[in-house]
Amino acid sequence: MNLGTTVGLSMGKATRDAFGEALRAIGADRPDLFVVDGDVGNSTRTEWFAQDHPDRFFNVGIAESNLVSVAAGLAASGKTVVAASFAAFLLCNAFDQIRMGVAFPHLNVKLVGSHAGISIGEDGPSQMGIEDVGLACAFPGFTVVVPSDEFQTRAAVHALLDFDGPAYLRVGRPAVPKIYDENTHFELGKAVTVRDGSDVTLIANGIMVAAALDAAEQLSGQGVSARVLDMHTVKPIDEDAIVAAARETSGIVVAEEHLHHGGLGSAVAMTVASKQPCPMRFVDLSDAYATSGDADALLEHFGLTGEHVARAAQELLGR
Amino acid sequence: MGDQQSTNRAGTATFDVDKLTDLARRLRREVLEMTTEAGSGHPSSSFSAVEVLSALYFGGVLQYDPKNPHWPDRDRFILSKGHAAPILYAVLAEAGYFPKSELDTLRKLGSPLEGHPNMRRLAGVEASTGSLGQGLSIGLGHALAARSASRRYNVYVMMGDGEIEEGQVWEAAMAAANLKAGNLTAIVDNNGFQQTTAVSHLTNPSMYAEKWRAFGWKTVEINGHDLTEAHDALVEATNYDDGPFAIVAHTIKGKGLHFMETDFTWHGRAVPKKQLQEVLEEIG
Repeated sequence: MNLGTTVGLSMGKATRDAFGEALRAIGADRPDLFVVDGDVGNSTRTEWFAQDHPDRFFNVGIAESNLVSVAAGLAASGKTVVAASFAAFLLCNAFDQIRMGVAFPHLNVKLVGSHAGISIGEDGPSQMGIEDVGLACAFPGFTVVVPSDEFQTRAAVHALLDFDGPAYLRVGRPAVPKIYDENTHFELGKAVTVRDGSDVTLIANGIMVAAALDAAEQLSGQGVSARVLDMHTVKPIDEDAIVAAARETSGIVVAEEHLHHGGLGSAVAMTVASKQPCPMRFVDLSDAYATSGDADALLEHFGLTGEHVARAAQELLGR
Repeated sequence: MGDQQSTNRAGTATFDVDKLTDLARRLRREVLEMTTEAGSGHPSSSFSAVEVLSALYFGGVLQYDPKNPHWPDRDRFILSKGHAAPILYAVLAEAGYFPKSELDTLRKLGSPLEGHPNMRRLAGVEASTGSLGQGLSIGLGHALAARSASRRYNVYVMMGDGEIEEGQVWEAAMAAANLKAGNLTAIVDNNGFQQTTAVSHLTNPSMYAEKWRAFGWKTVEINGHDLTEAHDALVEATNYDDGPFAIVAHTIKGKGLHFMETDFTWHGRAVPKKQLQEVLEEIG
C-alpha cells in the first residue's frame, strides 16, 4: 500500500489480522466470550479464535440474518458475543436483525465487519463495505469504531470487549502502515492527535490516517501547519477535539474510506455546525460505487490519497 | 425455588384439562378486554395461540420463576409472531410477572405493555419481536448459550404460518438442525391467515410438517386447540434431545369468536367498545 510512504511509515499487518489475534488472546481469559461466524472465518480471522476455543465458536452458515439474531440470543443469555462477517454483508444484509436483536434491546453484541472500503481491491464493489459506518451510526446506542492500524485495532478490541453494550468495529483486508506501536494509548470516544498543527486540521480514520499524515507532510513543505486527528470512534464522537480544532485552526478536512453520506464527515459536520462553525472539506468516496482494481490504483482513482487530502486543505485555506 | 425447579422436568407437574379449559376462556376474555380498551391490537392472532400457550405455561411444561425472571436455568419462550402480544401479556400476568390490573394499559404511553413485546421493559419477555422471522434464530442463540455453560433449559419459539415466509426462518432451521440444538422447539401457529389473505394463497401450508422434517427437525402435527394434544406434544418436544423439534399446530385465527374465525380482515383490529359485552358472552 502506498499510503504513508510520503511521511515514511513502515508497513504493518492488516487490521483484520490484528482483530483475529486479539480475539484469540482475549478468548483465553474470557470464558464468557462467544464468536459467531457466517462461513467467512478464514477471511475475518475469527478462525484463530475457533482453533483455540471450538466450543465457543459457531459457524451458522452463509446466513448473515441468522448470524446476527443468534448472536443476539447468546447475548440475551448473558454471553459477550462477537459476530463477524464482511462489513457489506453484515450491515447491509442483516440491518433489520441488528435493529431488532441488538440495537433495540441494547445487547452486548460486538459486530465486526471486515473487508471494509475499496482497499480490498480486485474482488470489486459487491464485496466492498462502504455504507457500513453510516448504517452502524444510525442505530441508537451504538459505539462505532474504525481503527487505523494493527496496534490501535488490538487496543480497540480490548476496549470494546470491556464494556457492556452494542458496537460495530470496522477492519480491513490489506496490510496497512503502522501509525502507532505497542504502547499506544486508546480510549473509546477520544481522538488521538497524531500530529499537531495550527493552520488546518485533518480528521481521518482507518487507512486515511496514513493519507492524512502524508498530506500533513506535504503541506508542511508548502508552509502549512496541519493538525492530524485520528478519529477512530465515529460514535460517540469526540466533540471536544472537534471544537478545539475548529477554534484553533482555520478549518477541517475530513478524510474517510466511506461514502460521503452518513460516515465520519457527517458526524464531524454535525458537531461543527452546532458547536463551532468553521469551513470544511470532505475527502471520501463521494456518492458512487467503485470498481475492481489494484488497491493502490483504486485509492488513486477514487481520490483517497495524501495528495487529495492536501489539495482539499489548500482549497479550504484559499491557496 | 431455582435449584428445586431445575430438576423438575416437563410432564411431571399436574396437567388438569378442565382447569386449563377455564383458564383459556379467561385468557381470551382478557385479550378482548385489553385490545378493546386499547382500541387496537391483534386479538385474532392471539386467539389461535391460546391453548398452546396455556399448555406451555400452565400445564407443567415451561420452567420459570416470575420472582426471578432472569434465573439462568429458566426455560425461554419467545413469541416470534410479536403481534400476538396481547395473549403473551395475558399469560405473563396470569403467571404472576405483573398485576392483571396493568393489562388495560396495553399500547398506552408509559406502559411496558407495548404494541409488540419489548424485552427491556417487561420481565418475562425474552426477545423484542415484531419484525417477523427473527425469533427462531434468537431462540437458537439462547439454546446454544446453554450448551457450553452446561445448563439445562429449553427454548420454545412460536411463529405464525405467514411468518415462515420469511427466509431467515429457514436459515435458522438449517443451522439448528446442523448444530443439533436438542433444547430448541419451534411451534408454528398454523392459523391459516396472514394480514391480507389466506396463507395458502402464498405458500402451501399442507407441506409444513414435511418442510420441517426435510430440514432435519423431528416434527409432529397437532390440533392446536386441543389442550391435551398441545401438552403431549410439548412434553415430547422437551424430552427429545437429539435435535430440534417442531410442532405444527393447526389452529383457527380468531378461534372462539365466530365472526373472527371466518373473516381475516380482523387482523390488527380490536372489537369496538359497544360490541364488547355481546362478544364476551360468546366466549362465556
